[in-house]
Amino acid sequence: MKKKTGNTAADELEKSNNPEKHVLILYVAGMTPKSSVAIDNVRKFCENNLQGRYELKVIDLYQQPELAQETQIVATPTLIKELPLPLRKLIGDMSDTQRILVGMDLKPGN
Amino acid sequence: MVKAKHDLAGIEKCPTGIRGLDEITNGGLPKGRPTLICGGAGSGKTLFAMEFLMHGAIKYGEPGVFMTFEETPQDLAKNFFSLGFDLPEMMSRGLIETDHVSITRGEIEETGEYDLEGLFIRLGAAIDAIGAKRVVLDTIEALFSELPNATILRAELRRLFLWLKERGVTAIVTGESGDKTLTRYGLEEYVADCVILLDFRIVEQIATRRLRIVKYRGSAHGADEYPFLIDEDGISVLPITSLGLDYPVSKERISTGVPKLDAMLGGKGFFRGSTILLSGTAGTGKTSLSGTFADAACRRGERCLYFAFEESPRQIIRNMESIGLDLDQWVKKGLLKFHSARPTLCGLEMHLVTFHKVIEAFKPRIFIVDPISNLINAGTAPEVKSVLTRLIDYLKMNKISTFLTDLTHFGSSLERTSEEISSLIDTWLLLRDIELKGERNRGLYILKSRGMNHSNQIQEFLITNQGIDLVDIYTGSGEALTGSARAAQEAREKALEMERRHEADRIRRDQERKRKALEAKIDALRAEFDAESEELDFLREEEKKREEVVAQEQLKMKNLRKGKHAADQEKAPKRKANGKRKGA
Repeated sequence: MKKKTGNTAADELEKSNNPEKHVLILYVAGMTPKSSVAIDNVRKFCENNLQGRYELKVIDLYQQPELAQETQIVATPTLIKELPLPLRKLIGDMSDTQRILVGMDLKPGN
Repeated sequence: MVKAKHDLAGIEKCPTGIRGLDEITNGGLPKGRPTLICGGAGSGKTLFAMEFLMHGAIKYGEPGVFMTFEETPQDLAKNFFSLGFDLPEMMSRGLIETDHVSITRGEIEETGEYDLEGLFIRLGAAIDAIGAKRVVLDTIEALFSELPNATILRAELRRLFLWLKERGVTAIVTGESGDKTLTRYGLEEYVADCVILLDFRIVEQIATRRLRIVKYRGSAHGADEYPFLIDEDGISVLPITSLGLDYPVSKERISTGVPKLDAMLGGKGFFRGSTILLSGTAGTGKTSLSGTFADAACRRGERCLYFAFEESPRQIIRNMESIGLDLDQWVKKGLLKFHSARPTLCGLEMHLVTFHKVIEAFKPRIFIVDPISNLINAGTAPEVKSVLTRLIDYLKMNKISTFLTDLTHFGSSLERTSEEISSLIDTWLLLRDIELKGERNRGLYILKSRGMNHSNQIQEFLITNQGIDLVDIYTGSGEALTGSARAAQEAREKALEMERRHEADRIRRDQERKRKALEAKIDALRAEFDAESEELDFLREEEKKREEVVAQEQLKMKNLRKGKHAADQEKAPKRKANGKRKGA
């Protein structure tokens, strides 16, 4: 499980439109190529858009299958934005940055 | 329909425990394979699936997983409870595992390629948790509306069903009916082993549920549409098919409860196991005759099932008391069972299913439907014929004597309503009004009665305080009279007869008198004649005496003359004798 924590107040100033800290959890099903792609994409996205103000957790559902039911996971990979509210679910390999921005409420949907 | 009695070897079956279904499918659903249950909204798919799981867990020791995509676990528990299953308790015992899959489209954003591995993991975890042998996915199609990428979904569902097969669980997948396809999203393409269609039709505001096995790979199955019932006991599918004409027949006769009606029916009543139809207009006494028949059956100690479609059981019992029948005693003894329902409550097929179910439970020897005509009106002619054929075949197979009443309408031919069913009927009684001289009376006759020498007479049907009686109708003077007209006519006839008898007596007496008078006259004449004859004899005697006297006198005179004139002796007596004769 990987964790990355952003820092500096400069970032917050820079992204003043959404100053809160983002808590993200990425659920994947096994360490498949698809999972790896998704993990890489999410990381890249966070670094580019949420630098310093995000917390990312990656969970392999095969290791903790009970979590799938608890968190209502159907599709994998699923990225859940727990904070800030409202909760959002993003599914897919996270290759579409525009959609991630929309899904995270970082950019209004068309 | 030809129904294979045996099955192909090789397909292992998983009993559903749903009444009747395992018979149609020759043992149940294909074991270890997914089965698709499709149907419209409210057709009973979820209930079907729940029963499958519950019976599996309780009766067959196969725990099950219920994965719901629509209803919340709370709703699910309530639904189960309505069938008498305690879901939380079953869950705590590890017999059932539920998982509510909830996806809200607004929350989800697609950001690229994905799969449904999450679902597989959840299902796999639930199956492993209790060692499930049965799985229900209700309704997996919900995913199509929540997840926009249908291409991925289709591929994943195909994979899911293969995966279920690999896991060796018997699965039920439910699906909503589509316009042209069996299911809206074409699930039947993936679940190819067994497809069952549940149908919920409303024709003229009356609902009928039907079940059909669309396909069952590798197994023979009934191909008909089977009506089924959902009630407090869950689903009952009843394989009511036309069984053909090879049912057993009985020579035993059973009394109608009316001795004179028995007499009309060859002196012994109905055949056991035969089908009797009693037609009549309103108020002709159909229920009274049904009640009498039921009473007679109970007196013999036979169980009798009475389906009432117009009156409540209490009302029938009360009304029958007025003609001297105590039906309540039989109800209390458990010999008589009433079942009341409004005919419009459900469709024809559903009534048939109800009949079937109640008959199975009560096992009567006499089955009465009063009246069947409301049911007849509930369906189209071919439907009615099909339903009644199946019902009657079923009843005959079980040697149950069936008594159906049929309300015919004023103004129409009495025989009309029953055209469709007349060929199914063994004994057909007709009750009709006879309106005459300001009065309505009832007449009963036998339209047909197979296999017995029955009366062709119309009998007057009397409902009295002591029950039903039949009276010969007045048929003299070229007209048929009933009721008071019959009574009056009979009285008139009696008076006339008496008068005629008196007249005859009088004439006879007159004649006698005349004869006596004649005899008296004859006697008188004879007496006169005798008197005259006597007189005559007397006179003749007198004459004789006189002649003797005269002769003596002459002799004396002669003797005297002999003394003086011997010469005159010959002439003198002749003269004197002539003189005497003239004087007489």
